[in-house]
Amino acid sequence: MTLTGTHTGAQLIWECLTREGVTTVFGYPGGAILPAYDAMVGFDIRHVLVRHEQSAVHMADGYARASGRVGVVVATSGPGATNLVTGLATAMMDSTPLVAITGQVGSGVLGTDAFQEVDITGITLPVTKHNYLVTRASDIVPALREAFAVAKSGRPGPVLVDITKDAQQGRADLDWEAAQPIRHLRHLPPPLDPTALDRALELIRHAKRPLILAGHGIQLSGARAEVLTLAERADIPFALTLLGLGAVPATHPLSLGMMGMHGEAWVNKAIQEADLLLALGMRFDDRVTGKLKEYALHAKKIHIDIDASELGKNVPVDVAIAGDLRSTLQALLPGVPVADRSAWLGKIREWRGDSAVRDIKNLPDDGHLYAAHVMHDLWRLTDGQAVVATDVGQHQMWEAQYYHHDAERSLITSGGAGTMGFALPAGIGAKIARPEAEVWVVAGDGGFQMTFAELMTAVQEGVKVNIAVINNGFLGMVRQWQAMFYEGRYAATPILSPDFVKLAEAFGIHGQRVDTRAALAEAVAAARAAAGTALIEFRVEQEDSVYPMVPAGAALHEMIRRPSASVIAETGSDPV
Amino acid sequence: MPHVLVVYTDDEPGVLTRVASLFRRRGFNIHSLTVGPTERPRQSRMTIVVDAEETTVRLAVEHLRKQVNVLEVQQLGDRPKVVRDLALIRVAAGLDVRSEILQLAQVFRANVVDIAGDSLAIECSGGPDKIDALVDALRPYGILELGRTGAVAMARGPRASPEARPDRVSEPASNQAMSV
Repeated sequence: MTLTGTHTGAQLIWECLTREGVTTVFGYPGGAILPAYDAMVGFDIRHVLVRHEQSAVHMADGYARASGRVGVVVATSGPGATNLVTGLATAMMDSTPLVAITGQVGSGVLGTDAFQEVDITGITLPVTKHNYLVTRASDIVPALREAFAVAKSGRPGPVLVDITKDAQQGRADLDWEAAQPIRHLRHLPPPLDPTALDRALELIRHAKRPLILAGHGIQLSGARAEVLTLAERADIPFALTLLGLGAVPATHPLSLGMMGMHGEAWVNKAIQEADLLLALGMRFDDRVTGKLKEYALHAKKIHIDIDASELGKNVPVDVAIAGDLRSTLQALLPGVPVADRSAWLGKIREWRGDSAVRDIKNLPDDGHLYAAHVMHDLWRLTDGQAVVATDVGQHQMWEAQYYHHDAERSLITSGGAGTMGFALPAGIGAKIARPEAEVWVVAGDGGFQMTFAELMTAVQEGVKVNIAVINNGFLGMVRQWQAMFYEGRYAATPILSPDFVKLAEAFGIHGQRVDTRAALAEAVAAARAAAGTALIEFRVEQEDSVYPMVPAGAALHEMIRRPSASVIAETGSDPV
Repeated sequence: MPHVLVVYTDDEPGVLTRVASLFRRRGFNIHSLTVGPTERPRQSRMTIVVDAEETTVRLAVEHLRKQVNVLEVQQLGDRPKVVRDLALIRVAAGLDVRSEILQLAQVFRANVVDIAGDSLAIECSGGPDKIDALVDALRPYGILELGRTGAVAMARGPRASPEARPDRVSEPASNQAMSV
């Protein structure tokens, strides 16, 4: 220990962050956190000043997802703290390790409705893994150390530490060793149950039509190699959840692509026809299963997840294993026999062929710009190597369908919470975490307008992200639902946008507009070549819909397929 | 079916809120929840009775186990256990019926803890069924006020060592101990 003697609480915050390996925090100052900000200058930590606290959490989230490190957020009390809530909920749903530090009014006036006082630990209780109210300087280091341990351990998630102003101003000794966290160790997964492993192996051995459901847990656990070994050795194809994209390579011969509501028809058909599902680090979300009563009725199910409360929650399973995916697979693999399942794979290939002829990306350029083209071409032009942060809605699904992610941590998207406005701040965070990576932000015209003030953050911080705004003049996904399920009544979904090129100019960044596929490649090249952040507005078909689609509440095989290619080509619009 | 959970937690501000909020958020219906100090310093012990299916209770247990402040969760299930509830009942008791009520109290091994001009306060502890029965028996006289603590439960037989398996849902050892 190098530092002894007394420190202020504010110094202890930064000392603790430094020792936890934190190099960057995302935040916004204010009254109750001022002592902490005042002490920050003495430490070698980069502070990224955001334009809204919600974006600070999304940036830290993107930073954490892109790098695997813990993202750190700093905000003041009251509105500063409440602005974090959406971001925390987003991180909680998608298991992102974050530590959010908020200032709080002095402990003497706690509970008196003092200026900028809110009960943020109460408010964030359901959207954090754990939270702390710290009222003494001596409690700062133990709380923060435990916060980091809790955020990272088990199923990761966000933790909030609310520190009163007098705790920041008070003094305490730094006793690092005494603050060693232990409580997060209370709930380690139980030791692997050998009989469960045996039963799993038995099911794998006897399966004729097995399928791996690959989820986010693969990345969080670092189990990519083990999952691939399992798939290759036992000749088992894999389908991916939205957050599982990139966990295993999309272009792997055994990769089927995304499952669920907007998964390809052959993927969902394979799930419905399978006789064994191996669910690895995923949680059978309703967007993945469709109608539960008709979900994969022929399949035995093996579910491996670190969170025991996910096992048997939505789908009853035959073998449930609560544990770290990587170590569980390592224990399982020696018993997995080499197999040849070419008959099963051949069948899936047939289904796949049927879908490909309907696929919009296989259409010749008919003068219309489809978002699917944009995604497909973006994938091609970036050699599939970019880190892509997407927002929520139609473009998010098109990106998931047409940008084939091979690398881990290359897709950053709000899956569970579905938070609009996520893409730009998350993309900025990802770029800060991995400056060497090419980062693309893909957002719709609606979501982009929620947080585009962060363009200025990118400029101020010298961060280069490339932005594709997919502008169809609608809140597209909601419009699609209105077209399909609400008889085309477009209530509140047409949305105007500013002139994005002028907007870019106002922020001092490169801006361009593309409305034909022919102009796409050149614009992408120009954006990539631009020194700083660059924005391309893609004016796409206004009333295009994402296909295939399993309507909410329908069974997985009851998909609305893509309309035949000729209809789109002739009318230039969706026949719905 | 009511399930009985025994939960050891840190004795810290906010822990009760965390547990209650968890049950509310996940839609688990709490029948009763009691909390108090334990044999261990700085730890609280909760007895939670939930009305739910077996699967739901298992999920509730797993959610409890994820809480940083939770040390141990016992699901008493159908294991032998002692479940006790305390009730304070103020019943209308004019002079004409007072001796009847006193006799009733005696049958239930309940104590009279307060006598007012026209009423008696009766204290009774026991299994929830016993209390229900006493309440039913007193109802015709007119119950003026009724307070119940909710169940406090403990498994029969030796204490499963929490230190040995701090990270598991502990199943109390089954035991042939006689019912009291």
